[in-house]
Amino acid sequence: MKKQLGNPGLWLALVTTAAFCVWPALASNSAYARETSFTILKAVAFASSLNILLGYTGYVSFGHIVFFGLGGYVGFFLMDVYGVHLAVAALAGGLSAAVLAFLLGRAILRLRGAYFALATIGVNEAMRAFIKNFEPFGGPIGMTLNFRVYQSYGGPDRALWIAYIATALLTILVVLVSFLVKTSRFGLGLMAIRENEDAAEVMGVVAPRAKTWAYVLSAVFPGMLGVLFFFKNGNVEPGDAFVLHQSIEGIVMVMLGGQGTVLGPILGAAAYQRLRGLLLVSTLFKNIQLAVAGVLLLVIILFIPAGAIGWLRGRFPRLRRVLI
Amino acid sequence: MIVPSLMDGLLLGFVYGIAAMGLSLIWGVMDVINLAHGPIIALGMFGIYLGFTGLGLNPYLTLLLVAAGGLLLGVLIYWMAVQRVINAPHLSTLLATFAVNMIIIGIATAVFTTSPRNVDFSLGSFFLGPVTIPWTRLLAALASVLVTGLLYLFLYRTRPGKAIRAVSDNRAAAELMGIPTSWILALAFGLGTMFAAISGGLIATFFPFTILAGGSYELKSFVICVLGGLGNPLGALIGGLLLGALEGIIPAFMETSWVPVLEFVLFVLILLVRPQGLLGSKT
Repeated sequence: MKKQLGNPGLWLALVTTAAFCVWPALASNSAYARETSFTILKAVAFASSLNILLGYTGYVSFGHIVFFGLGGYVGFFLMDVYGVHLAVAALAGGLSAAVLAFLLGRAILRLRGAYFALATIGVNEAMRAFIKNFEPFGGPIGMTLNFRVYQSYGGPDRALWIAYIATALLTILVVLVSFLVKTSRFGLGLMAIRENEDAAEVMGVVAPRAKTWAYVLSAVFPGMLGVLFFFKNGNVEPGDAFVLHQSIEGIVMVMLGGQGTVLGPILGAAAYQRLRGLLLVSTLFKNIQLAVAGVLLLVIILFIPAGAIGWLRGRFPRLRRVLI
Repeated sequence: MIVPSLMDGLLLGFVYGIAAMGLSLIWGVMDVINLAHGPIIALGMFGIYLGFTGLGLNPYLTLLLVAAGGLLLGVLIYWMAVQRVINAPHLSTLLATFAVNMIIIGIATAVFTTSPRNVDFSLGSFFLGPVTIPWTRLLAALASVLVTGLLYLFLYRTRPGKAIRAVSDNRAAAELMGIPTSWILALAFGLGTMFAAISGGLIATFFPFTILAGGSYELKSFVICVLGGLGNPLGALIGGLLLGALEGIIPAFMETSWVPVLEFVLFVLILLVRPQGLLGSKT
């Protein structure tokens, strides 16, 4: 652990997150900067969690947003109906996502390649359709947080700042976990599975167990994130919670920065969100921002499949010590 | 009550089957899951809309143009997005086709906006015992059967069709036998998108739609492919009928909003228990 903490790669990743994602909002103290920063942090945390499964283990989860949505719903329900504190709700959201991942993992992680990807899409769609029919969670209309709830956090403005700080801390935690996994024996096992699952099993990696824990780990944080996000939003509905498109955007962010690296998803997510923000406000690209993002994605997939950090690592082997 | 609804579902199932067949063909030949399938279905819908509302053409005549357009678009997509990553891991082809999806939706949304459209076309309906069937539905089902038949004739009786099957069996061996595999793969991809465009066009003759409508049909196509076996075109048609029948029967027992829940749970279960599909032979 002590040796790992001395790793410059970890500090680079943490400092990058803090400096580019958290600091601008704290420094300006404005609601606008906070909202921008919130979107970026959410993306960074989601992409980094996804990376544990996608980048380290090599399993493509297309429906990862299901954990964000389910966690968000469970936490929101607890806050709305039982008046539970945000922190407890966030933990409950993370726990429910973890339980779902654990149960699912045992089953669908047996599928490989595209079949796994398809199954995760199916799980997300099934969950969305189910929540739409689930009356305790408000069915198709969803739930809206009573305004009184914010009073107990010292007013709406303060409540939003609390949600923001919590998201920032959570993001830092995700980056730390992502690093610890990558440099641990467990992580090495995951990467062995990514390269060749059968060979990894022969070498003594208990693949089903390792994969399931990777899946659980990559599900916990999106679940907590969902609670914070919907607390900030004040309402939750099936159409917002289980957006397949956001799931795939998460994959794009991981690919953009470099799958299987700690720093990659952070940069990828931040760059993607910044770019989207720029495109949305430019008069020229406003209407076709999706198409521009599509072209960008295509260029990356076709020509730089390793992503920015992966490319740098391949080009300048000396940087590998820092860019992990 | 259940007979008309079942009949409706079955007729619709043929059209679902066509959409899934395109997806299944591409998967079977080159192991690529085409995530741009939905937008192409939507483009097929808009093709009919533009031909009928804009130019005043007969929808079924326009369908020929839409089919040709779908084929060309598919070949273009193959050369631009798929060719380079065809041998890369699945993630690359999934993301490359998803990028195409974003590009099409992005441009088409800017051009057509997301407001709902409707092809105001009707041929009346006829009665079959207690069941009222609109002619457009029946014609769509017949067209689907016809197109499936043509696909089979093409795959089993013509040289390019046989080449597609050869490439799907063993790409390297086919190449050694002098088959220009890149062209054949492009053709197969084009055929797959052609089927998507045709199904979209047929759906447009009886349902209203938006540019985003293709997404739900794409998801249905996944379910159908898994029911019928990925990479098995005839299985796709049967899978389509099964799904249509389910959509017809389930509302008799519970609320319609539960249909997608059951569909996707079934989808995941079949993937787990029999990933080669209920009717699939190839793994």
